[in-house]
Amino acid sequence: MAIGSKTSPYEAWRAALAQSAERDTSLTTVSGRPIEPLYYPAEPSDEFESQVGWPGQYPFTRGVHANLYRGRLWTMRQFAGFGTPEETNDRFKFLLEKGQNGLSTAFDLPTLMGLDSDHPMSRGEVGRLGVAVDSIRDMQRLFQDIDLGRVSVSMTINAPACIILAYYLVTAERQGVPWPKLRGTIQNDILKEYHAQNEYVFPPCPSVGLVIDTIQYCAQHAPQFNPVSISGYHIREAGATAAEELAFTLADGFHYVEQTIERGLAVDDFAPRLSFFFNAHNDFLEEIAKYRAARRIWARHLRERYGAQNPKSWMLRFHAQTSGVSLQAQQPEVNVVRVAYQALAAVLGGCQSLHTNSRDEVLSLPTEEAVTIALRTQQVLAYETGVANSVDPLGGSYAVEALTAELEAEAEAIFAEIERQGGMIAAIENGYFRRRIADSAFLYQREVDAGRKLVVGVNAFTEQGGKIPILEIHPEIEQRQNANLARLKTERDAAAVSRALDEVRAAARRQDNIMPSLLEAARQDATVGELVRALADALGRYNPAI
Amino acid sequence: MPAPAAAKSARPARPIRVVLAKIGLDGHDRGVQVIARALRDAGMEVIYTGLWQSPEAVVRAVEEEDADVLGISLLSGAHMVLMPSLMADLRQRGLDHVQVILGGIIPEEDLPALAALGVAKVFTPGASLTDVAAFVASAVRG
Repeated sequence: MAIGSKTSPYEAWRAALAQSAERDTSLTTVSGRPIEPLYYPAEPSDEFESQVGWPGQYPFTRGVHANLYRGRLWTMRQFAGFGTPEETNDRFKFLLEKGQNGLSTAFDLPTLMGLDSDHPMSRGEVGRLGVAVDSIRDMQRLFQDIDLGRVSVSMTINAPACIILAYYLVTAERQGVPWPKLRGTIQNDILKEYHAQNEYVFPPCPSVGLVIDTIQYCAQHAPQFNPVSISGYHIREAGATAAEELAFTLADGFHYVEQTIERGLAVDDFAPRLSFFFNAHNDFLEEIAKYRAARRIWARHLRERYGAQNPKSWMLRFHAQTSGVSLQAQQPEVNVVRVAYQALAAVLGGCQSLHTNSRDEVLSLPTEEAVTIALRTQQVLAYETGVANSVDPLGGSYAVEALTAELEAEAEAIFAEIERQGGMIAAIENGYFRRRIADSAFLYQREVDAGRKLVVGVNAFTEQGGKIPILEIHPEIEQRQNANLARLKTERDAAAVSRALDEVRAAARRQDNIMPSLLEAARQDATVGELVRALADALGRYNPAI
Repeated sequence: MPAPAAAKSARPARPIRVVLAKIGLDGHDRGVQVIARALRDAGMEVIYTGLWQSPEAVVRAVEEEDADVLGISLLSGAHMVLMPSLMADLRQRGLDHVQVILGGIIPEEDLPALAALGVAKVFTPGASLTDVAAFVASAVRG
């Protein structure tokens, strides 16, 4: 390269690599062979430069960091939550002690649906699929003796996400942790609830408005916190194909970007904090290609369609979770193997954080033993297999590059179809997403039934399976949670709660950013159920056709 | 060929009617949607009541639709709380003849208790569509 000429992408990557610190473990093979940080063609073609390129650079096909896991491993984030906040607090501490470096919170169905534990529909569900959180006091119990300034916390919550975020911010405040220090993610992706997961309360438009409120509020007050994790995981679990997962998720992301720009924010002021969540399913190469295609598509659209200038806005960072729906009740030990391959795909696809499912999750929430194996699966991957020693080691593989391009093209065709349906909200309301997902789920199940797709232990290699221990959730949890809730209602200042709820309702009607009023209501001990009702008074409820 | 069998049966010769429902708060409806299509493909009349149903509402639907079979889909682990209440409601309304099947994440330990409640069959993950349709047909036609 001649003196004075522009730095080439290769040189830029080299320079970024030189500035990146490396982990202090040996980055050689088991036999001691040194491993290059990156493998690439001796003479990269123009197509290679534009489509595949260099890690840490546009279009980010090869990953968002110049040295990826050579610098820092992915965050091992096991999803945990059950029973009362105290029980989940114990499980959090157990996982941190076992070497997990991030927390991920599962809430129970009443909390996810914005109902208090004492609501009639909550009967039998309290603390069962996650932890029960009714108020700020529960949130404080959940993170008791866990320094929120030091641990990155992910929270899987959607319809009442703005309320849970308010509880989290007030909990940090009461711990003395300044909000700009908070790292973590709140899932807060309501669009995928209408496509797949079905935990919505309000109609799509005002729901998206609440998401934009949190994006705006976090951009200003908690700049290191990811206010939304745009999630394909559930779309895939509901039966979508890899391409549908990819396309629907990115289309959701584009919708949030457009709505936030419409609110008056500059794209570069919020896009760097948008994060993603994908499924890690069984088909190894297709999954790797999916992640690589996702990064490339996001980068192109953010730069070319939305005019983002900051390279951080172009970067698609993602969490992956191995596929719950792929787990089988037959021969449950075999699930450990499925999870390991799926986790390997996520890592070869360049995930920033990973949840590995436990072998027993097809039967119940995981036991401590099962979750330990799931976490150890990640640790073996990280420290023994060597796949973290170079960036995008499958980049340049004919198969992987071809699949990446195919998935990208299929996703683009789906974006065009969503436009033809009248855009995101119209496509939700006319049932486009749900219809496509249901069709794909049915076609897949028919293939399994016909024996054209083999599932070990289910329609092939079957045998009488062994039993594994499962976690029991005791019914008295519901009574304990309701006793706490009843105590809260007698101890708090009822008039102050009522005023705070009125203000939430009024703010929602005025279409003001909802966060300041929610924060005040959280401080006054308003419950999730009360706040959701106040919001629903202003925003309405959503009842789609079946 | 079916005439002698039909003559023995007290019920009119009409397609098997199945009400499918999700009770509780769980929104995972992949399973129930797939089963609905499979049973329709097998020639049955299927009424899916949608998400977030209470046991009482489901029993009302069974009565109104004159269903032969009630299929409940439940993944949240609340089955040992919600199923007893559903089965009691069915009995109270004189709907004992309705075959109840349950699908979802159901630990093996709970199977005897569910059978004692009168649940005809529990399908757990991995159950084949053909098996479900065949069971429903045989449970009704005998």
